[in-house]
Amino acid sequence: MEVGQLQRSFIEYMSSLFNEGFLDAQFSQLQQLQDESNPDFVVEVVSLFFEDSERLLNDLTMALDQPNVDFKQVDAHVHQLKGSSSSVGAQRVKNCCVPFRSVCEEKNTEACLRCLQQIKQEYLLVKNKLQTLFELEQQIVAAGGAIPMMQ
Amino acid sequence: METFASSASSLSISSEPHVLAVDDNLVDRKLVEKLLKKSSCKVTTAEDGLRALEYLGLGAHHDSSTNSNGSKVNMIITDYCMPGMTGYELLKKIKESSIMKDVPVVIVSSENIPTRINQCMEEGAQIFMLKPLKHSDVERLRCQITQC
Repeated sequence: MEVGQLQRSFIEYMSSLFNEGFLDAQFSQLQQLQDESNPDFVVEVVSLFFEDSERLLNDLTMALDQPNVDFKQVDAHVHQLKGSSSSVGAQRVKNCCVPFRSVCEEKNTEACLRCLQQIKQEYLLVKNKLQTLFELEQQIVAAGGAIPMMQ
Repeated sequence: METFASSASSLSISSEPHVLAVDDNLVDRKLVEKLLKKSSCKVTTAEDGLRALEYLGLGAHHDSSTNSNGSKVNMIITDYCMPGMTGYELLKKIKESSIMKDVPVVIVSSENIPTRINQCMEEGAQIFMLKPLKHSDVERLRCQITQC
């Protein structure tokens, strides 16, 4: 595929991620922070987010699997997840954390498990989307083009 | 000796302020570090209050012969919600210390809770900011500490 086409696909794809609410303005902030001194900044931060989230989702699964659930611990994990997702602009993941914290306060294990299921789905979706985005970027660069700056 | 140390640190403010950023969240540490570097600050990060205090030379094992970085630091940015020692508790320890009490401490939080904000301001925080921090927030902070 030629560079122009790749760049157009990239712009369309990126726009759809914002329009569908997967990403919010904070992701644009990350992109604006990237420069020649740190050309892989966005990929690096997002990779940390993936690592952090997967660890937290595992911890949450284990915590909710206990006979006596420690809801304070569960809440602490969700708080962390809310923080990281907010910091990278993963809007839908962040939004899932809000009802999760409410049902945690109510000590409702069933509802917590449902929230966890939802967060896992949203996380996998956004992870997939971001990986696709990064692959598109790599293709553009490999074809000798520049990655379009989004507004 | 002390005079030399303080004049050395006031010389460094005009070039690159040295900021200590404290946050238990890995992603946020990376982000705040980049934001500060983008605003021409030297950055040291710490993952909790205890490590921050140790870096500043205010830790449990500090003595005059320990290599303390307190006099080099021009500003501290700390997250409020951290396990173990909260940002508020860290703020208190800093304000209680004779060497660090005049260094501006910025508290950041993802939650906008008025009682929390008041508590921090009363304890001497420079400013309370909401996460996630933006480039414009950090530029503003830098201006405040370098009085530009």
